[in-house]
Amino acid sequence: MSRPIVSDVRLLVTAGLLSLFGVAMVYSAGQTDTPTAVASVYKSQIAWLLIGMGFAYAVGRSSVRFIEWITTPLYLFSIFLLGLTLVIGQGAGTAAGTKSWLAIGSHRVGQPSEIAKVTVVLMLAKVLSGRRESAKSLLDLWKPALVVGIPWVIIMLQPDLGTGIVFIGIFFAMLYWSGVPWPLLILIASPAISLILSFSVGLWGAWFFILLALVLWYRPYLIEGIVLMVLNVATGVVAPMMWEKLAPYQQNRLKVFIDPSADPRASGYHVIQSKVAIGSGGLLGKGFTEGSQKRLAFLPEQHTDFIFSVVGEELGFIGVTIALALFLWLFLRITQIAERANDSFSSLVAFGLMSGWFVHVLVNVGMTLNLMPITGIPLPFFSYGGSFMLASWLAVGILMRISGEGRGSALSLRR
Amino acid sequence: MSFHPNDVARRARMSSMTLVLGFVFLIGAFFRTQVVQHRQYVMQSEENRLRPIPLPAPRGIIYDRHGEVIAENLPAYSVSITAPSVDSLRTALTQLAPTLQLTQNDINQAIRRFRRAPTRPTVILPDASIDIVSVLEEHRLDYPRLIIMSVPKRYYPDGPMVASFVGYTGEISEAELNDPKYVNYKPGQQIGKGGLEKQYESILHGKEGVRFDEVDARGRPVRGQGPRPDLTPVGAPPLYTNIDLDLQKFTVGIFGDSLQGGAVAIDPSTGEILALYSAPSWDPNKFTGGIPVEYYKQLLEAKRRPLVNKAIQGTYPPGSTWKLATSIVGLQNGVVTLKEHMPVSCSGGYQYGNRYFRCWEKKGHGSLDLEGAIKHSCDVYFYQLGLKIGLSNFIAGGIRLTMRDKSGIDLPEENQARWPYAVDYYNKKFGGPRNWSNAETLNLAIGQGANSQTVVNMAKLYSAFAAKGQAPRPEIAHLVPQRKQVFQLTPEHYAGVLEGLKAVLEAGGTAGASAIQGLTLAGKTGTAQNTGGEDHGWFVGFAPADNPKIVVAVLLEFGLHGSRAAHIASDMIGHYLKVGPIKATMDEG
Repeated sequence: MSRPIVSDVRLLVTAGLLSLFGVAMVYSAGQTDTPTAVASVYKSQIAWLLIGMGFAYAVGRSSVRFIEWITTPLYLFSIFLLGLTLVIGQGAGTAAGTKSWLAIGSHRVGQPSEIAKVTVVLMLAKVLSGRRESAKSLLDLWKPALVVGIPWVIIMLQPDLGTGIVFIGIFFAMLYWSGVPWPLLILIASPAISLILSFSVGLWGAWFFILLALVLWYRPYLIEGIVLMVLNVATGVVAPMMWEKLAPYQQNRLKVFIDPSADPRASGYHVIQSKVAIGSGGLLGKGFTEGSQKRLAFLPEQHTDFIFSVVGEELGFIGVTIALALFLWLFLRITQIAERANDSFSSLVAFGLMSGWFVHVLVNVGMTLNLMPITGIPLPFFSYGGSFMLASWLAVGILMRISGEGRGSALSLRR
Repeated sequence: MSFHPNDVARRARMSSMTLVLGFVFLIGAFFRTQVVQHRQYVMQSEENRLRPIPLPAPRGIIYDRHGEVIAENLPAYSVSITAPSVDSLRTALTQLAPTLQLTQNDINQAIRRFRRAPTRPTVILPDASIDIVSVLEEHRLDYPRLIIMSVPKRYYPDGPMVASFVGYTGEISEAELNDPKYVNYKPGQQIGKGGLEKQYESILHGKEGVRFDEVDARGRPVRGQGPRPDLTPVGAPPLYTNIDLDLQKFTVGIFGDSLQGGAVAIDPSTGEILALYSAPSWDPNKFTGGIPVEYYKQLLEAKRRPLVNKAIQGTYPPGSTWKLATSIVGLQNGVVTLKEHMPVSCSGGYQYGNRYFRCWEKKGHGSLDLEGAIKHSCDVYFYQLGLKIGLSNFIAGGIRLTMRDKSGIDLPEENQARWPYAVDYYNKKFGGPRNWSNAETLNLAIGQGANSQTVVNMAKLYSAFAAKGQAPRPEIAHLVPQRKQVFQLTPEHYAGVLEGLKAVLEAGGTAGASAIQGLTLAGKTGTAQNTGGEDHGWFVGFAPADNPKIVVAVLLEFGLHGSRAAHIASDMIGHYLKVGPIKATMDEG
């Protein structure tokens, strides 16, 4: 059986275009009037892209079955690495106080959480596809919950709120794809929603009654229903106490999300300057590498978390639309791959990887316009970072493989 | 797992819809920010990156009446710094202190300037030497927040020769910043501090320009731009003055290094000040950009008090020069006629009550008429004239002659003359009408007593006489002349007094030695009794006597009597009217 080197042109071209776009923006991010270390990072970004593509090619040459087989050891290894960060972890960028980086001495090696995003998707897909029936009760979900829960707890201990949000997004998206009914998903999410709404007694009360109606209509197991309602009450009350437990910078970030002008010099400053950069870019932008906000260092972390602000400032609304359209095109294509996948494992993996990226894009891009809290979450294919580029192209490789084996693909037709 | 193809297709549709909705939401948000609210953010971005750097405007050039330069601007360098906070400024200044040779005082001053206007670059050195500038230029990259700017610096080509009226410029002080008059001024700006510079500050200061420097988020300048065309500094218009720089320099030359006193020359028909000098003088160029402590201390402590302007600030008893005023008041009040002799003829003194009032001429003048009394400056005559006028009328007459007022010269430092406001003045002074006698009238009549005048005020009095009662306002800047009728004499009376003043400079007159051949001078000498030391010598006069073109008032401190002052005045008149220095060699009468 001969395998074409490129099994899905649309996927590869879209991911490739996004990566080139990203490298160009990382280059531009380094073009500041007062030169910084960022000026040369585009070179290593290119190197990481090439390494990532190499990995993608290697994965693409393997088989889905091999990937499924290696999933468990990979997952366990990534959990081990994550655990290691708690011991020897370091912070960086907008989250300098955290421990998401694995470091040897003072040299930062990588962020295990980026790799874990892929392995958790694989492991979750393996667990979910192993079931005959989709979950009907909360108790049925203990295994998948554990698969996500363990790394999630470690990541929240680092603490890395952004990656935590991505994991939750992946978890719910994959449960949905596996056929878990939506009322059950809402019930699972309800304690967390209670937590968020607990800051306003009125909102929380309203939510509680909606939940009650849902429970009465959907009629889950009695015990589960009662436990859920108790949990909702508990989180609604516990939340204010939890708030006290958050680190000041995390509190600030959440506060600033609600009102950026509350603290214009510190956390809010980033958002305001990012909005000014994007807004002043206008329809056509200030020109590639010409963004004044970026050049004059008003943009924070312009090569990582706020790289999309550079896109907005320099390439304008047109550039933003092109970048977002490429992402949408990619995600729709992956949804198609998931739909046409040969088996439920492949299908879940594809959908899981896509949903992880989608959460990234939504939160990161939303953050630059203050639509989302600043969580230090990178933009796939754009933000500078070796681990993430590697993980992303690893995912592209897996998706190529799945696409190649799926229905309607060149590979399956030949079979 | 429910992976029936229909279920999967349904979920894929739902997911695709969610994806599309999510991206439409994002693109919508960007459309709102980038297209709808574009303008607002462009403004914010501009504000972010452009920092205004004020560009001082060159002060207006001051010219004399022939277009000679009195004050101009030279290129100099100012060093300023931008800082986000006081602490950061202090740190930067401490680092720079050795390079810039900053004293603790300089640092404190810079911090005060910063506190006043934190958004403006804080001036560290208003006038940096070329050595410091070149060192700083070498280390430009080490001090990115420093702004070294070429700024106009005030320069007076004739320095001390013009200091008496031109004043000087300097940095605006704390007190001035609090003054509503300087409401639009900012710390670190240069303003006129004295003389014309202060008087005409609003005209001379020009309009400050603005340059926008692009700065990064830490406030470090990235690249400079030219000024925006609408914000270039606008230099002030020139100030044309009535000063005759040639006469001014000539006057300075006569005073030389040894004489001290004041001199004012006026064109009586217009009040134009032709020359104004106070000796000894000081160098206004040394004051520009901060007065050196040593120099200032030296000036303050000097015995000859160079910082007191002897032409407009020093007030002196006018002595016999006042006899013109006494004559005018007497004639105007009708208590005396030209040919009238006083009851007591001069035998060297006059007995009034239990006191004997001396005439300056111990030998006595005999019986004189008014003209003769003026010529010989006979005190005995004027004692009796004063008594005839009466104290109350005499005080009122002096006030009518505006001799209780400032001359109105356009210099901010002028002091008011001293002259009683009414008879009540003496009641107040001595504590009741019984405690003083009419002898005060005798003193006032010969220019002593409660009467002290500035040189410029006496020049104004003689200008008024030269202009037949039309007192002009003395003006240095070339403005529209203003006059005020202060007295009126019949032509005969006027001619008579004039004859007396002419006779002063003829053989036998008190200033006969100062006569100039081919030119009729008129004037009056005077001696100001000085309780603290030698008497001061006065001369006020004009020429040509029948068609006056110039009035000169000279006071020589410790000049004993008026003849030396008269020499100076006649030299000045001769120089101005281009009449040779050939003088009749006559002895003092």
